Amino acid sequence: MSDGDFDIQYAARLARLSLSSEEQHTLGSQLGNILGYIAKLREVNVDGIEPTCHAVPLFNVTRPDESRPSFTNEEALLNAPARSNGLFVVPKIVE
Amino acid sequence: MPLQLTLVELADQLASGALSSRQLTQSCLDRIAQVDPVVHAFLKVDAADALAQADAADAERARPGAAGGKPLLGIPIGIKDVIAVKGHSLTCGSKILGDFVSPYDATVIEKLRAAGAVILGRLNMDEFAMGSSTENSAFVTTRNPWDLTRIPGGSSGGSAAAVAALELPATLGSDTGGSIRQPAAFCGCVGLKPTYGLVSRYGLVAFASSLDQIGPFTRDVRDAARMMNVLCGHDSRDSTSLPRPVPDYEKALGGTLKGMKIGLAREFMVGGLDPAVKVAVDAAVSQLESLGAEMVEVSLPHSEYGVAVYYIIATAEASANLARFDGVRYGKRVEGIDPIQMYEKTRGLGFGPEVKRRIILGTYVLSSGYYDAFYLRAQKVRTLIRQDFLKAFETVDAIVSPTTPTAAFRAGEKTDDPLQMYLSDIFTISANLAGIPGMSIPCGFTQSPKLPIGLQLLGKPFGEETMLKIAHAYEQSTGWHHQHPVL
Repeated sequence: MSDGDFDIQYAARLARLSLSSEEQHTLGSQLGNILGYIAKLREVNVDGIEPTCHAVPLFNVTRPDESRPSFTNEEALLNAPARSNGLFVVPKIVE
Repeated sequence: MPLQLTLVELADQLASGALSSRQLTQSCLDRIAQVDPVVHAFLKVDAADALAQADAADAERARPGAAGGKPLLGIPIGIKDVIAVKGHSLTCGSKILGDFVSPYDATVIEKLRAAGAVILGRLNMDEFAMGSSTENSAFVTTRNPWDLTRIPGGSSGGSAAAVAALELPATLGSDTGGSIRQPAAFCGCVGLKPTYGLVSRYGLVAFASSLDQIGPFTRDVRDAARMMNVLCGHDSRDSTSLPRPVPDYEKALGGTLKGMKIGLAREFMVGGLDPAVKVAVDAAVSQLESLGAEMVEVSLPHSEYGVAVYYIIATAEASANLARFDGVRYGKRVEGIDPIQMYEKTRGLGFGPEVKRRIILGTYVLSSGYYDAFYLRAQKVRTLIRQDFLKAFETVDAIVSPTTPTAAFRAGEKTDDPLQMYLSDIFTISANLAGIPGMSIPCGFTQSPKLPIGLQLLGKPFGEETMLKIAHAYEQSTGWHHQHPVL
């Protein structure tokens, strides 16, 4: 667990988040502090401890595989930033 | 109509015909018009829509035998702007959602409507529920009704301030690390975070899915119990919702605390605690003893790691949950030369600084090479935190602590130092990690300025009845909840 080599550009690229150079500087130093604080978890002995994903003992929750009412095409497109012919319009993905 | 009436008192007046829902709803709208220009609890109020619901409630009550089973018929309830209400705007306190309109009702909204409530207003919050002051709202900072230079807490700051400022009798908030309990403490109202899995999150915009719970803000404990009766219950649309019967929480209230054991966490009463908070909590402990409870010191040795664990797990989950805000299907879009650039620009312009900070931190702790050292380790320490609580609950029925280390801080006081802001949630966070219920109730005031202090009660998993019983006994024997800010 190292906290000195925080590469903000790498993390921002993975997160699909454009940052100004000023944001990179500010966030980078703040995150450095936060990672320094988080590093205190290194003190804890976790040998043989199972991880907790969430606190409720529920597993493999399923529902019957039956059709049921859902959004109409119009409802699904209600908040679309760009739409045409009942579809979402997006930038070209494949040449 | 006296604005400080509780939800239960209002329900009685509505039932007796002393008050109509239209009169009540109009009084709330008038109060909002009067004080919200300085409190800023609301992002949006649709008066015509609320009055139409009120008229429908009055019409329903006028029909013979129709109103019997509706515990909230005609009562206005405010909604944190992170819970979907069909046909209403939904911003999550963010600009990235643009002019989004919810196409459906959240399960809790369906339940409120089925109980007869009037759904009124969108309440301000920190962007995507990330924050402790509402200063991360992209629109406005809500002010603390007790001192307008101070913040109301967060992230559900609007929900707490609206109840404290007597704008509404009850509101809904959400709590991921303390976002109901901390603002309830700062504003001097009752705020309850239920056990994980008790209230459906269908229609709640997800922040950290293993931690988020919806819960009520109210004037007193009985009102919280009534709200819980309406909100709880299994929902097949939320796979974390537990199929278990819902008790009548109001029936749990009353009776003696004799024979009850209440834990005082040693680790929660040291370090950084404001002297006025300590005095108030010590007095509350004495009061609980005089009510017949036996106070037992308990130890939660891993609670000191709660904030660190939380800021790994919550940010990791947030980085995944917030991936959906990409400008493709809803919200604002900033065009780019290809989809990747469109995502990056949309998110770069749409999200505020705290959300960016957390998405990047969460992405980092999940990234290749860091996953085991951060995320997996945090999940293991989470196990230890939960085990601490389960062990303590072998000997005690509930645990008390301060809700927050200090009373409400001033606007701007912590905005430059995210870590200090995070540490204001130090007493509330571990309940979310352990999945247990918690609530904050008023337990006194600081002297000058006069600011509310909150007492936190933590219960066993699904121990809401015991928690509410203790809270109610304390509240009724002290009367702090009868004090209201002057606005």
